Amino acid sequence: MSKVIVYPPTSMILSDLVERMGHKALVVPERVRELVTANDVQSPPLNVTPEEPKKGLRYAAVDVPSGVRGRMALIGPLIEEAEAAIIVEDPGWLTGCAGCSRTNELVRLLIRTKGIPVLDLNYPTDDAQAKVFVQKIRAFLEGLK
Amino acid sequence: MKVTKYVITSSESDILPSDIAMKIYGSKYDVNVKETCFGVMVNGEEEVVDALVKDIRALDPAGIFIKDRGFPPGDPRRCRGHRGGGARPGFYMIESESKMLPMISRALASGGEVTAIPEKKKPLLPSRLEEIIKEDLS
Repeated sequence: MSKVIVYPPTSMILSDLVERMGHKALVVPERVRELVTANDVQSPPLNVTPEEPKKGLRYAAVDVPSGVRGRMALIGPLIEEAEAAIIVEDPGWLTGCAGCSRTNELVRLLIRTKGIPVLDLNYPTDDAQAKVFVQKIRAFLEGLK
Repeated sequence: MKVTKYVITSSESDILPSDIAMKIYGSKYDVNVKETCFGVMVNGEEEVVDALVKDIRALDPAGIFIKDRGFPPGDPRRCRGHRGGGARPGFYMIESESKMLPMISRALASGGEVTAIPEKKKPLLPSRLEEIIKEDLS
C-alpha cells in the first residue's frame, strides 16, 4: 500500500478511486480534522494558530502571502509523506482551501520536483474519456504495488 | 480517533441516501448519521466507520463514493444553520464532482479493457494548405 497524494487535494473522485484500489489517499480533510477536533482548541473557532503560517515557511518565503503559507501548512506535510501522486489539471472550480491559484502552482511544483511517480490527467467530459480516466488510474496504482 | 466520512451516491445509482441511512440505523455499528441530499455523513470511531463504509459500498460498488470530511456533522463552525444559510465551502467541490459521478460509475462498472479514444484531427497548417493549392494549380 502506497501513500498517494491527489490534486486537487480535496477531490472526492480521486481519493475514492485511490482508496478503492487499496492505497492510502493523502487528502486535506484529514489535516483539517486533526486541527478542528483536537482536544485543546487554542485558537477558536478553527484552531489555526500563528504557528500554522510559520509551518508554511518551510515551503514558501516570508514575503509570500500568509494565505499561501497557511495552506502549505496543511498540504506541505502531505507532499512530504507522499510516495506517488495523481494530478488532475485545474478543473476551474477549485474553491475553499483548494481555491488559491498560487498555492496550487506551488503544490504541483513541489510534487513534480519530489521525484515520485506522477500521473497527469484531465477530468473526463464523456463516457469514453471516463473509461480511459479510470483505466489509467487503475494501471498507475497497480504499478505501485 | 473519531472520523467523519461522506458516503455519496451517483445520481444514476439505485441506492438512495435514505436507503443508506436505513441500513446504518439497522446495523450493529455505533455511529452518528446525517442524511443529506447527496448522500450521508457518518461519524464515529475510525475502525467502526471504515468497516461500515465497506459494507455500504457493497450495496452498489460502482455507484457509491466515499470522501473524508474534516468537521463532524452539524459542527456549528461549518453547519449552515449556524452561519445564516448558504452552502458550506466544501460543498461546491462535491457538487461539481457529483456531476461527473455517473460517468465514473459507468466506467467502473464496465471494468474491462478500454478502447482507445481516436485523436482529434488537428487543423490544417497554413503552410500545408498553401502546398495543396500550389499542387492543384500546377
